[in-house]
Amino acid sequence: MEMLRETLKETWRFYRKTLVVVAKGSKAYYLWCLFLLTIILIGFKFYLQQHEVGLIATNLTDQVSWGLYIANFTYLVGVAAAAVLLVIPAYIYQFKPIKEIVVLGELFAAASVVMTILFVMVDLGRLDHFWHMLPFVGSINFPGSLLAWDVIVLNGYLLLNLFIPIYLLVKFYYRKEPNWKFILPFILISIPWAVGIHTVTAFVYNGLAARPFWNASILAPRFLASAFCSGPAMIVIVFQLIRKVSAIKIEDRALFKIAELIAYAMFLNLFLLAAEMYKEYYSDTAHIASFKYLFEGLHGHGHLVPWIWAAMAMNVAAFLIFLIPATRKRLSTLNLGCILIILGVWIEKGPGFVIPGFVPDPLGEIYNYIPNLVELMVSFGIWAVGALMFTLLMKVAIPIETGEFSHSKYQQAGASSGLH
Amino acid sequence: MEVKRRTRREFIRNLSLMALGGLSIPLLISCAKGYSKDEIEEFLQKQFMEMTEEEKKRVIARLERQYERRYGRKLRISTKEALPDTLWGYGLELSRCIGCRRCVYACAKENNNSRYDRQLHWIRVLQLKRGNLINLEHSEHYYNPDLVPEPGFTYLPVQCQQCQNPPCVKVCPVNATWQEPDGIVVVDYNWCIGCRYCIAACPYKGRVFNWSEPNIPTEEVNPSVHYLGNRPRLRSTADKCTFCIQRVRVGRYPACVEACPTGVRKFGNLLDPTSEIRYIIDRKRVFRLKEDLNTEPKFYYFFEA
Repeated sequence: MEMLRETLKETWRFYRKTLVVVAKGSKAYYLWCLFLLTIILIGFKFYLQQHEVGLIATNLTDQVSWGLYIANFTYLVGVAAAAVLLVIPAYIYQFKPIKEIVVLGELFAAASVVMTILFVMVDLGRLDHFWHMLPFVGSINFPGSLLAWDVIVLNGYLLLNLFIPIYLLVKFYYRKEPNWKFILPFILISIPWAVGIHTVTAFVYNGLAARPFWNASILAPRFLASAFCSGPAMIVIVFQLIRKVSAIKIEDRALFKIAELIAYAMFLNLFLLAAEMYKEYYSDTAHIASFKYLFEGLHGHGHLVPWIWAAMAMNVAAFLIFLIPATRKRLSTLNLGCILIILGVWIEKGPGFVIPGFVPDPLGEIYNYIPNLVELMVSFGIWAVGALMFTLLMKVAIPIETGEFSHSKYQQAGASSGLH
Repeated sequence: MEVKRRTRREFIRNLSLMALGGLSIPLLISCAKGYSKDEIEEFLQKQFMEMTEEEKKRVIARLERQYERRYGRKLRISTKEALPDTLWGYGLELSRCIGCRRCVYACAKENNNSRYDRQLHWIRVLQLKRGNLINLEHSEHYYNPDLVPEPGFTYLPVQCQQCQNPPCVKVCPVNATWQEPDGIVVVDYNWCIGCRYCIAACPYKGRVFNWSEPNIPTEEVNPSVHYLGNRPRLRSTADKCTFCIQRVRVGRYPACVEACPTGVRKFGNLLDPTSEIRYIIDRKRVFRLKEDLNTEPKFYYFFEA
């Protein structure tokens, strides 16, 4: 009885302290949160507008029926999958500097998965029919539909990436060694699972014979290669921010190691793209139409052309930066490379991948899709939700990792829980 | 110090309570305002094939009420099942199609498709330069001359090809679309979640989406409808040609067949050796669109001359 009361008291203390940790911060922290909240509110207002009149509020049509939302979804699945890049070296090779930050990487993946789910939700025409997709309650077409697979693997991945870091953080909170025999199987399964979410997402497009641009067996490998560029590039930047605003120590060595892995992944990404380009251009069949629309314009329509060439230039430049040790191991050039990759892969694996699949459409029609203000604002809103979620998670996770925020018996009653 | 800590704690507790209270007020209001019984039933409606006969009757009665309120007309919603030993097939003779699009508009009228602000069509007529047929990249969808046919062009009407191996059914994540025993691919509009995966999967652009609230002028509403066919649609759901399921299951021709001024459109039961469609397949040179995709369409194009 006494123990139960003690546990309850301790739990209550944890929640109370969490609120304090989240509510207290520096001016920059408040400004950042306020900034994100503003964008979220604006995005939400635009979403309500879309919800009111239907998807007519967007620039989507029967010709290009998926656009900016699904482009962002595809890109973010890749970003979420990239957590695996941190898990593999950290746990398999016991690589010390990365091991300290892997919890943060997994929470990063969790925030990304939440964004992917939100992007699917805003793209759904009938949110009120959403429950039809729930297993047992509705009528999910599993294993027939790849979209059903995607719902299952993404939610599973979200649970894994919340469960593992929360388990580890609880152990840190109690200052106990984690029970590796218990948690290691979950960590190990999250590695193929990360590959799985991106493979399944590639297969969503890959299986459609109606769309030659997507119907190429190289698609899933290309997805993985590009994901292993964009996700880690984002993490390299985020980790530098974290170590600047918090007490957590992330060694440069860890960042350089991630950058080296990005260089290999980018090489693979460019090689696979070249392989696909060769096949399309040398055989030069009618199926090349979407490629031409993307890379050089088709029948005078080419509004994606400058975008994709900008993306190509960014990817190649970033590859060179990460390949050369001197530029890889200097923070200024490292960050430049990361930003180039984040943008380049977003164009290539987002709009540059989704839109040409629909142009020309199966009956040869060309519709030049450009997202409108509603789609842009809703998308920014969702990105802000992800950023805010990650910020708040970090605000709690970091003090636990550094030991500033732990079980009451390790903390003096009056000790301040204040962080930056 | 102690006092300060307590006030801060209380402040935070009060703040969170206020936030919770603030959030629940709109929720409570919306609950109190209440949805009508019909709206709640609509939300909880099961997938059509999983309903019992009794449940179907209830749903039909409710939909008829809702449509009457909405369109000011009494609609009769049929749930007539497929006829035995029937597999519907379609024939279209290309050499005599003049591209007049009468089929397109007869279809939209018969099937209660939206009329404006995304006019919805289940049939598309493609204008092709002579010398083209398979590569549709050179087709013109929006030709608009004073007089058809224009010399130097042929016309290719395309609608749902009623595949025997339909990619759209395979990809639907919620089983909102399926193939009926008479071969017609149908959609339960009340079950569709509006993800548009079927639209991406269809190689014939056979599916369209209700991007905005469907609209039909009251006097133009066709009151004779089928649950799986031409009943007025829901916003943000997919739909498609059903070979006029409401007509063919009671022994009539699809509207497009009746509307065609040159008589190029043929329809019948593929399982009946004496049917017109079987006569065409047996005696004419027929082909189907994109046969290489293995979708096995039941829509046969042919040439007389």
